[in-house]
Amino acid sequence: MASASAGKRLAARKGATHWRIDSMADSVSRKGFVSLIGSAGIAAAVTQAPETAVAAVTPAAPAAHHPASPHAMPAAPLGSEPEAYAFFNDDEAAFVEAAVERLIPGDHLSPSAKELGVALYIDQQLAGGYGAAARMYTHGPWMPGTPQQGYQLRQTPAEAYRLGILETNAYTQKTYGKTFDKLDAAHRDDVLTGLEGGKIVFESIPSEVFFNFLYGNTVEGFFADPLYGGNRDKAGWKMIGFPGVAANYQDQIAKHNVPYRVAPVSIADVQQGKPVAAGHMLMHDMALANIKKMKEGR
Amino acid sequence: MKSVDAVMVGVGWTAGILSRELTKAGLSVVGLERGEFRNTDPDFLTPGMHDELSYAIRYKLFQDASRETVTFRNNSKETALPNRQFGSFIPGDGLGGSGVHWNGMNWRFLEWDFETRSRSIARYGAAVLGEDCTSQDWGVTYAELEPYYDRFEYLCGISGKAGNLKGKKIPGGNVFEGPRSREYPNPPMTTSYSNEMYRKAALELGFHPFTQPTANNSQPYKNNEGIQMGGCAYCGFCERFGCEMLAKASLQTTLWPLLEAEPKFELRTNSRVMRVELDSSKKKAIGVTYLDAAGNEVFQPAELVFLTAFSLNNVHLMLLSGIGTPYDPATGTGVIGRNYTYQTGTGGTVFFDDKHFNTFMGSGALGGALDNFNGDNFDHSGMDFIGGGVMQQSTTGARPIQYHPVPKGTPRWGAAWKAAVAKYYNSSFTMNAQGGVQAYRGNYLDLDPTYRDQFGQPLLRMTFDWGKHEHKASEFIAGKYRQIAAAMGAKDAIINSLAPHYSIVPYQSTHNTGGAIMGTDPKTSAVNTYMQTWDVSNVFAVGANAFPQNAGYNPTGTVGALTYRTAEAIVKRYLKAPGPLA
Repeated sequence: MASASAGKRLAARKGATHWRIDSMADSVSRKGFVSLIGSAGIAAAVTQAPETAVAAVTPAAPAAHHPASPHAMPAAPLGSEPEAYAFFNDDEAAFVEAAVERLIPGDHLSPSAKELGVALYIDQQLAGGYGAAARMYTHGPWMPGTPQQGYQLRQTPAEAYRLGILETNAYTQKTYGKTFDKLDAAHRDDVLTGLEGGKIVFESIPSEVFFNFLYGNTVEGFFADPLYGGNRDKAGWKMIGFPGVAANYQDQIAKHNVPYRVAPVSIADVQQGKPVAAGHMLMHDMALANIKKMKEGR
Repeated sequence: MKSVDAVMVGVGWTAGILSRELTKAGLSVVGLERGEFRNTDPDFLTPGMHDELSYAIRYKLFQDASRETVTFRNNSKETALPNRQFGSFIPGDGLGGSGVHWNGMNWRFLEWDFETRSRSIARYGAAVLGEDCTSQDWGVTYAELEPYYDRFEYLCGISGKAGNLKGKKIPGGNVFEGPRSREYPNPPMTTSYSNEMYRKAALELGFHPFTQPTANNSQPYKNNEGIQMGGCAYCGFCERFGCEMLAKASLQTTLWPLLEAEPKFELRTNSRVMRVELDSSKKKAIGVTYLDAAGNEVFQPAELVFLTAFSLNNVHLMLLSGIGTPYDPATGTGVIGRNYTYQTGTGGTVFFDDKHFNTFMGSGALGGALDNFNGDNFDHSGMDFIGGGVMQQSTTGARPIQYHPVPKGTPRWGAAWKAAVAKYYNSSFTMNAQGGVQAYRGNYLDLDPTYRDQFGQPLLRMTFDWGKHEHKASEFIAGKYRQIAAAMGAKDAIINSLAPHYSIVPYQSTHNTGGAIMGTDPKTSAVNTYMQTWDVSNVFAVGANAFPQNAGYNPTGTVGALTYRTAEAIVKRYLKAPGPLA
């Protein structure tokens, strides 16, 4: 299944851009499909998407992956926004999608990290200041240190990804005769375990360093506010019961051992004026009222 | 540039207090802040402030390591290497400094903490300290500081319950604390489920738990400067975030409206001080040189210079400016950089089935605590260590990138990891002790011989590792936490004591203390008890750099008290007769 879907994507990547609507029709419900193509804005975004956008909008088949929980399916299907990879090339995008899908797989609890847009999240991070080590000290001399001295490699996070993906694919080509993204789930897990423990030896950087970037960023993308491209439909938050942008909990904190369950709220929900749990707006109003009182007190 | 009476290097808590007191006394004050201007409205408002990735993970409010950082090694045999990204500690940047992003845990140190050396020797004999321990008495006592603690608490609106009012012990408060002259300005916060489970277990074990004091106001509060603050919403975005409710005390919420309106005060942001300029005698400062927003070097003449930056930056600037003699660990002579200390963290996570803690609610300092194993509150006879730490169970807000614990034996990723995260996110909580750190001959700060900052100046070099007292106290406290975990009926508990060596990688604490310490002897201290430098009497190094060693508490309350004491001494004594105050 995974292999077939990767193959389909790869073929699409090398082909024309119209593939996307077709393949999405395979996996999106009839109703969803109609509403999707009914949007002129989305259609325009699709046709204008550069080739590298392909992987970002590759539709998974969430209903097939976890039929037990259709409610966990993203409300907005992948590709319904003009999202595109800015940093990854096609091979890298395929790799990262295939990796994050194993680090956080889809099941009855939530769709996979891939389906939640985590590869896009990582791409956006690497394309920006984080990837360029904008807030890291990057002057030499460069020397190996003790574990207590922390990261001492020359590579920026973006460079570490590029090298790590190349070297992992070189390893899987040698070992399995194909790139990582075309391996079945069990073999991908074996390779990820080999990276994690440093058992797969790279020439450029320690493989566990690459794994730690990948793993840490995957968890970030799964749980960060959806505005960064991952945690689509707040599914990461729904899975654990995190309410997102916080509310006023003055009346809740004393309710011991009583779960607080609300639809989580994202930054965009508030900024765009979507209906949210009462406590959220209350907090904003209270903050403004407090500020007014402070100013009046002067 | 027109000369001013006083210049502040860095504008956070200490500069705010000093600027307020000195302008009231008629002095002109300029505050030079390397970072940006930020205020509650609009910078800390929801929803934008409640962005875990940007603030907590990418460090939006913090010092930028690409501009300046430290180098680090565990001991002087190693080569120090740059701390390329902040991890273990995260100093603040911008108006308000670290006082914007703190949790609001606000403590008074114990009476014992100020007399660590003499009381330890008196009770246990000199051998307990160990040959390399250079912890010493502060030169100021708790009783002398009490009025200033009180003043800072009423500035912030600290919420808590006294455990010792003028010597009378009060159950439910912290019965180990030194005598207070009056109650806290606000009642304790509303406790969470985990706080109450912790309290119950601690009581069963015969300990003395209490609701910990906090600078997150339990109700709206008008402070002792007439500034109206808000009440905490328990929103769970506190540490590493600014507070939109005006409930977490900071420069912005307690003093800024006054300074903003004060004609004798001027703030210049994006102004990075490069050095303090001394006259030819090297005994008097004539002002400071800074880089303005355009990158131009500007000389600001001043009669008084206050180093009011983060502790590490204060020490750095003293070394760069040639104020005082740098410490030499080989001979034990010199004082600048001596007795650098830190904070230990001991604790972990407890897991339960079928309980819901809602730990995404909370405030930075909402918690239960017990002080039975802090300072010298218990008999250390035969234990071969001194000190301890305050044992907390805090409900600080479980944001999921940072908080998604799993029980022992859970895979690190994949379906089983995910299932454990989903199961335990809301059925677990953490406990942590802030442990004291003693000073040792080999732990110090100096200038790095190799690495330089973005402005061409040598980086500060940190040489530091845990010593005997930290390891043994941490093991001891971990044992107590295991007892509490069992008493609470936890299904699983992951309780960690210190690793063999201090690492600069994982976050631990932004309580970097010492390096320009106070005392009564210029041979073993950099500043007197008014934080006035011994060598240049119109330069004051104000902050946690002055702690001779660190207590088992968060530092801000003591920094606030020491700063008020300094301000009073300047206004009442120094201005009449400029010169050494001690």
